Amino acid sequence: MTSSSIHPFVQVENLARVYPSPGGGADVTVFDHVNFRIHKGEFVCVTGHSGCGKSTILNILAGLDTASAGNVFMDGREVTGPSLDRGVIFQSHALMPWLTVLENVAFAVKSRWPSWNKRKIRDHAMRYIELVGLKGAEHKKPSQLSGGMKQRVGIARAFSIEPKMLLMDEPFGALDALTRGVIQDELLKICAETQQTVFMITHDIDEAILLSDRIMLMSTGPHARIAEIVNNTLPRPRERSAIHKQLHYYPIRNHLVDFLVSRSKQFGALRDAPDAPSSPSIIDPEDLIETEAESTVAPMSHAGKPHIHLVNT
Amino acid sequence: MKTKLTLNQKAGLLSVGLFALLLLIWQLATLPEASTVAADVDPEYAALMGGGAASSASSFPTPAAMAQTLWGKLSDPFYDNGPNDKGIGIQLAYSLARVLGGFILAAAVAIPLGFAIGNSRVFYQAINPYVQLLKPISPLAWMPLALYTIKDASASAIFVIFICSLWPMLINTAHGVANVKKDWLDVSRTLEVNPLRKAFRVILPAAAPTILTGMRISMGIAWLVIVAAEMLVGGTGIGYFVWNEWNNLSLTNVLFAILMIGVVGMGLDSVFGVLGKRVAYQE
Repeated sequence: MTSSSIHPFVQVENLARVYPSPGGGADVTVFDHVNFRIHKGEFVCVTGHSGCGKSTILNILAGLDTASAGNVFMDGREVTGPSLDRGVIFQSHALMPWLTVLENVAFAVKSRWPSWNKRKIRDHAMRYIELVGLKGAEHKKPSQLSGGMKQRVGIARAFSIEPKMLLMDEPFGALDALTRGVIQDELLKICAETQQTVFMITHDIDEAILLSDRIMLMSTGPHARIAEIVNNTLPRPRERSAIHKQLHYYPIRNHLVDFLVSRSKQFGALRDAPDAPSSPSIIDPEDLIETEAESTVAPMSHAGKPHIHLVNT
Repeated sequence: MKTKLTLNQKAGLLSVGLFALLLLIWQLATLPEASTVAADVDPEYAALMGGGAASSASSFPTPAAMAQTLWGKLSDPFYDNGPNDKGIGIQLAYSLARVLGGFILAAAVAIPLGFAIGNSRVFYQAINPYVQLLKPISPLAWMPLALYTIKDASASAIFVIFICSLWPMLINTAHGVANVKKDWLDVSRTLEVNPLRKAFRVILPAAAPTILTGMRISMGIAWLVIVAAEMLVGGTGIGYFVWNEWNNLSLTNVLFAILMIGVVGMGLDSVFGVLGKRVAYQE
């Protein structure tokens, strides 16, 4: 056993977030007893209904927000504030509109390596701009770019500082399906090359299956928790065009859809019980196949499952 | 053949037409009065009353006389024949120097202070009552106090400009800084950008359009106020020139000065318009 599996790269312990009730009544606990680990090089997706606190958890990991209780450790040290060790890709891309593409990325590079000279910063920034396929657009302002291109700049900026972990809050939520697919493919490629550790929030089940090693499912709040963790064992490299032919694809997908449609709410009710479990159940696709086989549902009906795509409102 | 005029051409033609109309009305209004009124008056008496046959015309200048004055004054703007007779260029230069002096002083105070106020809710709430109280005071009301304490007419005028330029710049800077998008601040937090770099590379460019709007408003007010201030303190400047020419009963010169004040004011405003465009960004 390697040391990394004994001491996980990221460890989240009993994280909770409580808001004081606006009416002066009982406090509202958005989530509590959130426990999970992320190993180095792992791509973890989190999904769940809006309002369960996914974004808050991501912001706490980033150090931009603070938890009401619990701890986050990364690389053996407690996370107490924002750090260059954790790159963040914001849903709203958060590019500075007065800077060009190159200047936006160079701003991050200069922050990471203040002693570098202009040329070195430029070359380094250009390498990541090329990586996301934006060569030729480096002197454009964000307002001249499409939504997909802006998000690519956001990705280039986050990768350019070579963080130990990448945090993505629904990075492709605002993009059309076609653009989203293209950028997902690029992200897949870049992550494979860089062995990047990623924590990503998504509402898109297919996106989660395509990109992740593990998918964490959050129950509905209040008292939201991570109810299940699905090991995504689909082999890499993954191809968007062929992934649905994998044996485990539909069992995983159906499991996720079922969770979002019905089980997430049952878990919500379960959490009101004082002795509710605080550690998620681990789901392996192998188990799912067995349960699928037991059920009387015809195999053809898998393809007929509605495409659930939850949108933040 | 029909030619289509562009919007600019149409507007230009209309502008020229309006100008011609104005000249026409002006000309008609200043036509010499019929001499029948003066006929049954003793010419000697009429001359004594300033209404001699030679000057039976209205004392309001005709467009032609105005054009002549304009040409004469502008062809030699920088002559200096002593305290009461300086070229318009010199008078405007005095006024501009005072306005710029007061304005720069105000910017030096308002922009850093606005940064501090915009960055801190506590500071903002502590300062806000003072700003609300001081803002509506006519800057000229400070004049006696300034004259008493500074004991220098020109410096007092600069102080008055300082006071009136302060508030729009202060309020706009604070507002611009307080409303920098949280996303950009979050980005600089995750990049561990140090406070000074954050102030100059993130907050300043983000707030620059709002700050520049404040500067533009300030400059507009300062140029309004300088005329009144110089009427009070006297000596030099375009405001003094207007008042002096009123005392000389030279309405031609007063009209000329009014025109110049307008031209310079427009020029100052367009400078800030250009600067504003330069720092503007599109999200």
